[in-house]
Amino acid sequence: MTDTKNVKFYDNLAVASSPHMVTALDTQKTMMWVLIALVPTFVASVFYFGVPALILTIVCAASCAFFEWGYERLLGKKVTVKDLSACVTGVILAMNLPSGLPVWMAIIGCFTSIVIIKQLYGGLGRNFANPAIVGRIVLLLSFTTQMTTWPLTRLSRTADVVTGPTPLGLLADGALSEAPSLGNMFVGNIGGAMGETCTIAIFIGLAILIWKKIISPIIPVCYIGTVFVFSLIYYAVVGGEYSALHMALFHVLAGGCVFGATFCATDYVTSPIMKHAKIAFGIGCGLVTMIIRLFCAYPEGASFAILFMNVMAPLLDMVAQNRFYGIGAEEKAAKKAAKEAGKEAGK
Amino acid sequence: MFGAKHLNSIHVGHYKNTAGCATEVMPVPQVVKISMSQNIGAPCKPLVKKGDPVLVGQKIGDTDAFLHVPIHSSVSGVVSGIETQRNAMGGYETLVVIESDGKQEIDPSIKPPEITDQPGFIAAVKESGLVGLGGASFPTWLKFNPKNLGEPMVLIINGAECEPFITSDHRTMLEDTQNIIDGAQAIMKYVQATECIIGIEGNKPDAIEKFNKMFAEQGITNMKTLTLQETYPQGAERVLIYEATGKTCNAGVLPADLGCIVSNVTSVAFLGQYLKDGMPLVSKRVTIDGDAVTKPGNVVIPIGTMIRDVIEFCGGYKSEPRKILMGGPMMGRAIYSDRMPIVKNNNAILAFTKEQAFIPEETACICCGRCHSACPFNLLPTGFADAYEARDVKRLNDLKIMQCMECGSCSYICPAHRPLAFINKLGKALVREASQK
Repeated sequence: MTDTKNVKFYDNLAVASSPHMVTALDTQKTMMWVLIALVPTFVASVFYFGVPALILTIVCAASCAFFEWGYERLLGKKVTVKDLSACVTGVILAMNLPSGLPVWMAIIGCFTSIVIIKQLYGGLGRNFANPAIVGRIVLLLSFTTQMTTWPLTRLSRTADVVTGPTPLGLLADGALSEAPSLGNMFVGNIGGAMGETCTIAIFIGLAILIWKKIISPIIPVCYIGTVFVFSLIYYAVVGGEYSALHMALFHVLAGGCVFGATFCATDYVTSPIMKHAKIAFGIGCGLVTMIIRLFCAYPEGASFAILFMNVMAPLLDMVAQNRFYGIGAEEKAAKKAAKEAGKEAGK
Repeated sequence: MFGAKHLNSIHVGHYKNTAGCATEVMPVPQVVKISMSQNIGAPCKPLVKKGDPVLVGQKIGDTDAFLHVPIHSSVSGVVSGIETQRNAMGGYETLVVIESDGKQEIDPSIKPPEITDQPGFIAAVKESGLVGLGGASFPTWLKFNPKNLGEPMVLIINGAECEPFITSDHRTMLEDTQNIIDGAQAIMKYVQATECIIGIEGNKPDAIEKFNKMFAEQGITNMKTLTLQETYPQGAERVLIYEATGKTCNAGVLPADLGCIVSNVTSVAFLGQYLKDGMPLVSKRVTIDGDAVTKPGNVVIPIGTMIRDVIEFCGGYKSEPRKILMGGPMMGRAIYSDRMPIVKNNNAILAFTKEQAFIPEETACICCGRCHSACPFNLLPTGFADAYEARDVKRLNDLKIMQCMECGSCSYICPAHRPLAFINKLGKALVREASQK
């Protein structure tokens, strides 16, 4: 058919191992979806806390990106600001702060998150703990007063009173009767960190993340479920001025439980990969949160709980791999057989 | 079916651009180069030498080795030489170069096989030169000759065609439906299978409908279609066995041991035709697609035709190709030159330009675990990667790397674009090497 002599052949085509196509959902788009899921929470925080919330969020996102860029430039590494992971850290950190925090303190928090927790441990994917959570904890321990001064929402502010306690603070002080209604806690008209208060906005974000398959629902469901069930049982046993159901809902809606379960505990890097380990991770987060809230000095325990479980995550993964993946199963069987053989010989 | 258990799978774009392209028959090229390595197992030795005249269907390659099938000429003409060429796997293969005389004279010895018993059937299948046409090129006669003959068997016909772009199996199902039914009935008779399940992905409703209609018309009750999910990799042998029978087939286990005979739909269609006219496997229906090809379509091509000639038949290159794949983009092999000849197990030739040829640069692993949840067998590709980096054979074995079938789902789904499937292949090679020591 063809005169092969006159045809140009292509003899140096590109070769590579299969597959030859990849998904369009790369790291940058994944992070973009997390940012989109944070939008409802961000809007709610600006609505309730006004311009300071807006400024603090922008400063945190920008300074996290700047620290990442600066560190990588300084060390001659490939600059990875474009993957947006630093911005996500910045926004999550901002959502964990009270809106009245001085901007320079927030920047210190960003430095801790990005440089100390993320980059010094090897950058994206290598950090042992959630950068935003550690940033918040460092700020909480360093500037306790400022970090626990909670501005009231614009709806509940008066000329004289601009700050007030959080629901969990009231609970710790034994002044539960002054706590806001569950309805106010659901829509976010309460004192607290900027992003934590409006539960409905966080649930919208959670729905977006699950719908776009950015996260698996296992961790948030296990976390929030454990908080609910634990407090239900606790208050059913202990009793109190409110019903156990009321208190269970109170604990879910108050503080950082829902926000932490949605945006912090589900951080890929610091949560386990195996399904069974994810379940244990979520339950662990819920348990530690409740133990801190009910039995420890701090009124709120979500960030400590997540940090604690971050450190546990590799261990949980290891256990899950051994138990459900069958790693070392043969050795175990051999050991068992040897033990039994020893017993036989002992007889 | 609510509650039905499926293996993990991923959604990959279908790109079945050529599904509506009725098959065209390519005229015989001036020259064919027929490879002597067209099956898993031993390569054949040429039975002809330079200057010999050959006819269509004449046996030109065979060997005494156990695992092989003979190779037949796809054209009539004169052998102009025996060449050696580097193949797509990196090794070397022998090519018998035949200059066609354009007459396509058929070897007079070709007649429908007379089959009376099971060994006769196996011998006929072996003589036909049939290998697994889904891509694995495993000699089919061996597959139809299970050790446990007589045990209850199910014949599973693989019409999933889960790879993007490829539509040749789809066209076979639409155009050669009767041959598939005849071939399946013959196989069922000789492997003593009681049932035949044709697994077809839900994105080919016309094929499913056609089969069901013909079963009803002909009163066939021992065959049925199974609509598979439209996800990748439904067409992988071990996945298909699970979807069709619920049985778990581990790597290294023959499907026959589980009472399953799995065969590609095109293999079965060929067999149906072969039992009627006795013409061995000398041509193949191949999907030609990709953004570098002017006129994509499905073409029946004589085995040994150079890819360049095939592309020329499809209107030539539209723009400069940078990557040409034999097979689909998920598991296909990138070849270095378009001088390569068509082989038996080709089901697609995809020519891509620069825009489609390269995948984005690798970035840092974000430990999202998508590779693990995409793996049909729930393996842990990130674990393989770490263990391979440390050359830790024990850890690779612990993680059961040999179970990996290299489907590429992990690489596809990775947001950091890590070449995980490639690392799995390297890891498997490392384990094999270590076990040989």
